[in-house]
Amino acid sequence: MSEPRGTSVPSGRSFKTLSGLPVEPVYGPEHIEGLDPRRDLGAPGQFPYTRGIHPTMYRGKLWTMRQFSGFATPEETNRRYRYLLEQGQTGLSVAFDLPTLMGYDADHPASLGEVGKCGVSVSSLEDMEILFDSIPLADVSVSMTINSPASVIWCMYLAVAEKQGVDWTRLNGTLQNDILKEYIAQKEFIYPPRPSMRLVTDVIEYAARNVPKYNPISISGYHIREAGSTAVQELAFTLRDGVEYVEWALERGLTIDEFAPRLSFFFNAHNDFFEEIAKYRAARKMWAHLMRDRFGARDERSMKLRFHAQTAGCSLTWQQPYNNVVRTTIQALAAVLGGAQSLHTNSLDEAYALPSEQAVTIALRTQQIIAYENGVASTADPLGGSYFLERLTLDMEQAAGDYIRRIDEMGGMIAAIERGFPQSEIAEASYQYQKEQESGERVIVGVNRFIEQKEEPIELLQIDESAQQRQCEKLSALRSRRNNDRVRAALDELRHAAAGTENTIPYMLDAVRCYATVGEICEALRDVFGSWHERSVL
Amino acid sequence: MDKRIRVLVAKPGLDGHDRGAKVIARALRDAGMEVIYTGLRQTPEMIVDAALQEDVQVIGLSILSGAHNTIVPRVLELLREKGMSDVLLVVGGTVPDEDAERLKQQGVSAVFQPGASLEQIVDFIRLSVKQPA
Repeated sequence: MSEPRGTSVPSGRSFKTLSGLPVEPVYGPEHIEGLDPRRDLGAPGQFPYTRGIHPTMYRGKLWTMRQFSGFATPEETNRRYRYLLEQGQTGLSVAFDLPTLMGYDADHPASLGEVGKCGVSVSSLEDMEILFDSIPLADVSVSMTINSPASVIWCMYLAVAEKQGVDWTRLNGTLQNDILKEYIAQKEFIYPPRPSMRLVTDVIEYAARNVPKYNPISISGYHIREAGSTAVQELAFTLRDGVEYVEWALERGLTIDEFAPRLSFFFNAHNDFFEEIAKYRAARKMWAHLMRDRFGARDERSMKLRFHAQTAGCSLTWQQPYNNVVRTTIQALAAVLGGAQSLHTNSLDEAYALPSEQAVTIALRTQQIIAYENGVASTADPLGGSYFLERLTLDMEQAAGDYIRRIDEMGGMIAAIERGFPQSEIAEASYQYQKEQESGERVIVGVNRFIEQKEEPIELLQIDESAQQRQCEKLSALRSRRNNDRVRAALDELRHAAAGTENTIPYMLDAVRCYATVGEICEALRDVFGSWHERSVL
Repeated sequence: MDKRIRVLVAKPGLDGHDRGAKVIARALRDAGMEVIYTGLRQTPEMIVDAALQEDVQVIGLSILSGAHNTIVPRVLELLREKGMSDVLLVVGGTVPDEDAERLKQQGVSAVFQPGASLEQIVDFIRLSVKQPA
């Protein structure tokens, strides 16, 4: 170690949260004066759900252990899914590769070098059939991380269920389908914001009427945080995105309690332990009030914010990668103490590559240890009433509420995105974070303190470079096998529907059933909607 | 004459994770360099054209998708074709050690992996760019 006396050096320890909220040396009753436990916290399972959405929380049902996974071809990913289910994982979560996420087929020139790299390659219904081969969709809940082409992939999923003989009313799972955070943070967009919002709303409406147990959207702060936001910004922008989706669905003619119970959320679990727990608690409370007071929801299920959490990918270090197991454990513990409904724990090697089977097994075991070995899941909101945590929860609520009001004043989230507001707030926060790390004010163990000069390499998952070729061959065979007249007709009808105001989902279902590809369908929609090019905000 | 070092920061491929590219662009700018940020989804052709037009001494590529083995050799090839081999090419992102070595053998000046400090990157560019007298 380069710094043997490091532990006794006080500098580099920051007494504020990651969002910059001040942290006092000790908290007492004077810090939560005015807090009314009945009004502001409620019992677990009671409005405003600050303490959790279920009265008994994890005693009734543990969170779903759901590892995000996908790589190379559908054949290889299908094998990994079956392995994870055998190891006791309780839900699936599909990671798609970049061409799929951007609406390109595996054989498109833009896909060169990217097929199967960041996730599994899916170009057609045939790929989805292989992906879920021997996985009973009636029993396993499946989450799918896809946004711009979300409706297309969802139609393929519904078509696979049909082929398995599973009634859509039995399907449960989650489609990410959150386009606003793409413009804000992750930047996987195809069309301009308004037609994109129309597609999102098409899915929400179609799900409410035909696939009632399925979550048609996962309103996501995760990527906002990964892009460098603070916890406060993550909370505020996510909830304000939620408000935008609600407004569009109401505008469509749905009533609030028809769709709001199926809105789900996705948050990051980052390093600042107490701030993260406060963030989840504040999120539940704020959403409950927004739904009841702003939108007049009557159904309690509409007011309950359910969320998935994932430990922070951006906190993983390349240096001393085994330390990442420890970071992930602490972050996962925060998510559990904050009342998450499902959880993904990152693997120790993910600063390098997609995880190896060994690394992902340790990540899953981390959740199982938290669930079964140390008693933290035995009681609901065990930290509730802590002077510090309650103060921090109030501070998070106030700071995020200020942002939400500013965005309301700008005319909503789309207007704010068009003027680059959330983007520039995040860019500024990420630059500050990096500068704090550079100056040593923020210590990252193994990176700017406690550095080791020589490190042993770790075993990494190698993605077979032939994945692209195999996917292209399959696709070429499919294109010559299918009824291309039917495909053309289905795409024409989809274009026509997209140009009007009808729900596009029935037309998309027809197109995927005759094996129109992701690329062909997205191209047809691009013909109608155009594409989006952002003005970069530095 | 303005002696500031001119750098093109580019984000090739389909990936939209631009946090690193933006942080680097700001850091280079704060260090007194002239920075042009291309924005997202640039092909190797677009990047080399922009480098030529902007007359930069350095190109910085940010790649986190694992597609570096396809993208970077193509950029090098185009630089050679256009007689721009004097332009310094640096790469930042999730590039495993053995890939980094190979890319350097092919003509990349430096590969900055996760955890590299802004100071390191700024210093490398300052020392490597030959300033006109």
